[in-house]
Amino acid sequence: MTAATGTVGTTGTTGATRVAILGGGPAGLAAAQAALAAGAAVTLLDEGGRLGGQYWRHHEGLTDRRLQHGWARFERLRGVLDRAEVHTGASVWSAEASDGVVRLRAVVGAADAAGRVALDIEADAVVVATGAHDLALPVPGWTLPGVTTAGAAQALAKRDGVTVGRRTVVSGAGPFLLPVAQSLSVAGSEVVGVHEASRLGGLAAGWLPRPWQLVGKAGELVEYVGALARHRIPYRIGSGVVRVLGTDRVEGVVIAALDADWRPIPGTEREVACDSVALGHGFTPRLEVAIALGAVIEGDRRGRFVVVDESQRTSVDGVFAAGEVTGIGGADAALAEGAVAGFMAAGGALDDGRMRGPLAVRRRMRAFAARLERAHGIQPGWTSWLSDDTVVCRCENVTRRTIAVRADAPLRAMKLATRAGLGACQGRTCGRAVEAIVADAGGAPEGFDRRPVLAPVRLGEVAAVATGGPEQ
Amino acid sequence: MRVAVIGSGIVGAACALALVEGGAEVVVIDRVGVAGETSSRCEGNLLVSDKAPGAEADLAVASNAMWRVLAARLDAERPSCQPLTEFEAKGGIVVAFDGGEPALERFAEAQRATGIRAEAMDVAALTEAEPFLSREVVHAVHYPDDAQIQPSTATQALLDTAVRAGARLVIGEVTGALGRAGRPGRLSGVMTTAGPIEADVVVNCAGPWAGEVAARLGARLDIRPRRGVILVTTPMPQRVFHKVYDSDYVGAVGSGDAALQTSTVVESTPGGTVLIGSSRERVGFDDRPGVAPAAAIAAKAVRLFPFLEETLLLRSYFGFRPYAPDHLPVIGADPEIVGLVHATGHEGAGIGLAPATAELVVHAVLGAPTALDPTPFLPGRASLQETA
Repeated sequence: MTAATGTVGTTGTTGATRVAILGGGPAGLAAAQAALAAGAAVTLLDEGGRLGGQYWRHHEGLTDRRLQHGWARFERLRGVLDRAEVHTGASVWSAEASDGVVRLRAVVGAADAAGRVALDIEADAVVVATGAHDLALPVPGWTLPGVTTAGAAQALAKRDGVTVGRRTVVSGAGPFLLPVAQSLSVAGSEVVGVHEASRLGGLAAGWLPRPWQLVGKAGELVEYVGALARHRIPYRIGSGVVRVLGTDRVEGVVIAALDADWRPIPGTEREVACDSVALGHGFTPRLEVAIALGAVIEGDRRGRFVVVDESQRTSVDGVFAAGEVTGIGGADAALAEGAVAGFMAAGGALDDGRMRGPLAVRRRMRAFAARLERAHGIQPGWTSWLSDDTVVCRCENVTRRTIAVRADAPLRAMKLATRAGLGACQGRTCGRAVEAIVADAGGAPEGFDRRPVLAPVRLGEVAAVATGGPEQ
Repeated sequence: MRVAVIGSGIVGAACALALVEGGAEVVVIDRVGVAGETSSRCEGNLLVSDKAPGAEADLAVASNAMWRVLAARLDAERPSCQPLTEFEAKGGIVVAFDGGEPALERFAEAQRATGIRAEAMDVAALTEAEPFLSREVVHAVHYPDDAQIQPSTATQALLDTAVRAGARLVIGEVTGALGRAGRPGRLSGVMTTAGPIEADVVVNCAGPWAGEVAARLGARLDIRPRRGVILVTTPMPQRVFHKVYDSDYVGAVGSGDAALQTSTVVESTPGGTVLIGSSRERVGFDDRPGVAPAAAIAAKAVRLFPFLEETLLLRSYFGFRPYAPDHLPVIGADPEIVGLVHATGHEGAGIGLAPATAELVVHAVLGAPTALDPTPFLPGRASLQETA
């Protein structure tokens, strides 16, 4: 029995520019709206079950509207999609671009579902709006049940109204910790404390200059801070969870003061009882589709992003990118970039009057994003809270020591010798942490982002491309 | 004797170990480090089954025997930080679908005449050996000497052992030759981005880049890259017990055609994944294989093992194999440049042929005796010169 049962794709019979959009979060939705406005035939793919991405993650019945921002905007964006071809639950496993033609292959349906539908999409342009994963740095004890990423805790609370525990410690870096704490509180967990790793100096450098740039974004943040005060949640800067305690599940954490490099300051450790921990140290852009399409990526192991120009155009003809894959900037930046990318992908002009608003917002939010990175960016000292036997790659159970010993080998050889990053998540969870450990030990590998198989796909579904099964 | 080995893939690492144990002072030079390229991007085949009778088959049989001793030694002597070679003497099974059995049986018969063990299997034996194999398979030959190794960790183990014996690894790229004053056509070492390295003999083990390295040293060597794609599934309970090939493998290996060719090779790894190879394409060093090779390989693998249809593909990778136009490894002294020895051109067989290659290199460099015949592999042979 062949799993793939049919093929659909943008037809382009109307002669309109065919624009494919990967991702149904703020950037992808804004891109779809702008591309439709410019007259394109739009196909939008999202791997989630519902549109909205991480920012507007929701459940039709269970979601508490107090936890959503800009919901009316989401409904407006979603409203215009009846003119587009939309596939949710679609995993793109292959993406190619050559001679100005983009070819995408996807399967629709859960990985273990029977009869997934194969999509084979040809387009004149593609907008890569694949967003970011939340990033949790390893901490001794982080494999205990009760530890989640901040993003997972947020998703459960926001979408389903479920908390990860009764007493939760939130630890990491960045303004994202604030809505996570708020969501946990609203959903019924006692948040024992929010621990921000950055110190006052770093925060001041990022947040204090040119406060007028914060207008708009600051409103949302002020609201979160107000929520922390209402729920009497302590917010501690320059501190973090450096160890999770417990035998079979979380029983508490060790909190320590961190110096400017995020090194724990000896003598400051104290134990706090809790039954759950939410860790979030930032975000990792999901670059694999952009890399497969050949787009130039720049940056270092602290952050690598797709390079785009004023038009959100990447280095490859017909390939545009918007949102967190081009730099962690939040939903407002993503909405503005998405609008520019979608409009330009559809053949629009940058000096079109409709682009004035998005371009202005993008300028302001880019500056804001740079300041966020300056204030909250991961500092190299964090690896000193690891112990030798801390599991770093959870899929393959690989410890810090094992990785450090082979740090002088090239990345591929190191991975094959240690199995770090070779498991089910293919380094999506541990990649940045492994790179930091290797750098500490004197090696210099990069390249966890390259994944020729973009999403798990059945061999039968791959074979169908050759045998012509679901092809037209 | 000071020897500079260029390249720390499996061939360079094996040569370094054999040379240092033969008494040479060895420096290994690599652009990125141990097993950074081809040797981390292949399957680790130690095969006799795919070799038609001839010089390469003789080398493969000898090398196969050497690997058994070498792998056992590397694993037994290893310090805890050195990875295992994962050597497995699992044997290979070559199968033919309807219509393919006469060709397979003819090929096996010719191999038997040269001493390769090739045992015809009836359906009962095949079903017992590989219960999940397609029922469409009508004939199979068992090659008990085929084996498997984890190529990247085996390379790391070889080089670690060589370094413990006194070899030195330098990270740098070869940029040119160090000449000898008044002695044109004679090397006295190499220039690298990490500085000059003096040597009495330079051994070019740069795999698919060996042609480029030879050119930088003033020599001519026709070695070209041939790209191969391999698929890896998610881990699962073991359902493939040998290296299982479609008999069309033999045709693709021997072909010089530049276009995409595939032949099915399916096997399990100790990690529980199933490795599926392999394609061959001569497309230069193009690093964007696209979906076509993966699709072609997947289609053939599913035909061989129908359960694979529902199996999840976890990742794929590709590597460049060093292709010599006359399909023979290139091992021995350069015909023109004194002090330069080549060891490359193994295409997809470099892992299996590494120990025997190292023995021939030690013979060429240090004059050590060997029972192997070096003549067919010499870089000065006519079939290679015609194309250079």
